[in-house]
Amino acid sequence: MAASSHDAAGKGGFRAWLNKRLPVDEFVQSQLTGYFAPKNFNVWYFFGALSLLVFVIQILSGIFLTMHYKVGEATAFDSVEYIMREVEWGWFIRYMHSTGASFFFIVVYLHMLRAMLYGSYRAPRELLWIFGMVVYLALMAEAFMGYVLPWGNMSYWGAQVIVNLFGTIPVIGPGLVEWIRGDYGIADSTLNRFFSLHVVAVPFALAFLILMHLVALRQTGSNNPDGIEIKANLGANGKPVDGIPFHPYYTVKDLVGVGAFLIFFCIVLFFVPTFGGLFLEKPNFEPANPLSTPTHIAPVWYFTPFYAMLRAVPDQQLGALLMLLSIVVFFFLPWLDRSPVKSIRYKGILSKIFLAGFVVSFVALGYFGMMPAEGTYVILARIFTIIYFAFFLLMPWYTRVEKTSPVPQRVTFHA
Amino acid sequence: MSDAVHDHEEVDVSRRKFLTAATAATGAIGAGFTLVPFLASWKPSERARAMGAPVEIDLSKLEPGQMITPSWRKQPIYVVRRTPELLAKLASHDANLKDPQSAASNQPEYTKNAQRSLRPEFLVLFGTCTHLGCLPKEHFKPADAQLGADWPGGFFCPCHGSRFDMAGRVFNGSPASLNLAIPPHSFASDTKLVIGVDPTSAKGAA
Repeated sequence: MAASSHDAAGKGGFRAWLNKRLPVDEFVQSQLTGYFAPKNFNVWYFFGALSLLVFVIQILSGIFLTMHYKVGEATAFDSVEYIMREVEWGWFIRYMHSTGASFFFIVVYLHMLRAMLYGSYRAPRELLWIFGMVVYLALMAEAFMGYVLPWGNMSYWGAQVIVNLFGTIPVIGPGLVEWIRGDYGIADSTLNRFFSLHVVAVPFALAFLILMHLVALRQTGSNNPDGIEIKANLGANGKPVDGIPFHPYYTVKDLVGVGAFLIFFCIVLFFVPTFGGLFLEKPNFEPANPLSTPTHIAPVWYFTPFYAMLRAVPDQQLGALLMLLSIVVFFFLPWLDRSPVKSIRYKGILSKIFLAGFVVSFVALGYFGMMPAEGTYVILARIFTIIYFAFFLLMPWYTRVEKTSPVPQRVTFHA
Repeated sequence: MSDAVHDHEEVDVSRRKFLTAATAATGAIGAGFTLVPFLASWKPSERARAMGAPVEIDLSKLEPGQMITPSWRKQPIYVVRRTPELLAKLASHDANLKDPQSAASNQPEYTKNAQRSLRPEFLVLFGTCTHLGCLPKEHFKPADAQLGADWPGGFFCPCHGSRFDMAGRVFNGSPASLNLAIPPHSFASDTKLVIGVDPTSAKGAA
């Protein structure tokens, strides 16, 4: 047993009693103090831990919101206003939850970009990447259904647009939409089931998927900015010479990241919680009205890149299909990348150009998704959609033909 | 360990495999059937279906060129009383339409005609855009300032820019592919429209 060699477990008293019944020391040893992570992590490596932090913030603030929120088409909007105006600190808890939703996507997008920069999706970490992508899908479902709950006019019409996307599926579409809504339109039944899914089902699924993501990470170990395997270079103690124990080194470093993150989080929470209509849209401050569309329907900022692609296609089925593909294609990233090196540091100029093009097009599409679908915006959205897909679909070609630089034996580290 | 247990008798492995597979299959079928109530519970309830009963609409106060928006099954219904001028324009722009004959679009058989209506004067449509379900706005005046000098009059969806004519037919260049759908409807009298009921003589309701 690993724990018996550990000094604390050998002593008597409560600790020994406990460890005989629950492998506390063994867990700490194998997962924290004895888990070695590469010593050359940079600032990009904060966002995984920060995603976990926001998950905890969302669960805690969500539990307290549920105590005051009243689901139902007659009560939902009023109960949110009640939370904002009459529950003590209710505005704080609600804005924490709404700010948390946007920050969740900020840190997750940066976390994903990190993986794309340093090739963290490459073998042997394909499953780690796929679990992460499933977490992202669950997060999108969670955010969408959460946005419906305040039952503002944008909640209602956002739900209308998104649920109707399923109606574009041939043959089963119309029946499927009616089944999802539980009525002939977005109705009380829809709100109730979204509440159940948002508060119970998806959080459970997320917790499980995050656990699987971490278990898979522990199995392969972290990648690093050089994209080389530290396990290939073990010291006399059997541990990687370029690794340091996760605890205390990275737990303490992550705490610094948490401090910096909370500064930004609190600035938004206290001073600009709606973020000019980006985090909480203006039409959502009036109650849902099935007979009045907001003049301009746009999803919250984190969905707008995909929304821009949906609208860029002049055919609804193809548009919905393209939007689906724009997310599905991420799952294939581990097999699209044929480069002999993992990290962008040692990849050639083509990889750098295409990745930069992808980032620019994602941001640009995010902007066009907020704008009305007219004239130049549609043309530009089409151009950036092509660049977006070129990054993925041409990857097997450009990662093979470009000239890569030699990869070092040891990680690059400046103490 | 297995040696000690099984030393004294032969294990019929194929029998054991068959029984395991049969048990697993039976269990899986049972679990599948158990799913049915949970999946079916998402369908519109008895109450939702009752609320979806037909509605009667009084047309006696609807002036030519006007539209009213009653709601049926939680969806807005557009009822337009078209003027002879608007009806006359319908045949002029077939080349600009995605589905001029409404071949692929959703409507009851009895409205599958040039005016897409039971009575040419009254247009009855689902007020939900066939793209993603927004409400197209009325732009009945020809040569609309926003939609250009050659605009024949119709509907414009502010969400994604789909355009429809005065029979709810979609123009080329719109993200929507289908004409606005038409609910089953009939006239109980000259001024009473019933939405949700087919005309007694008609066949092939949607």
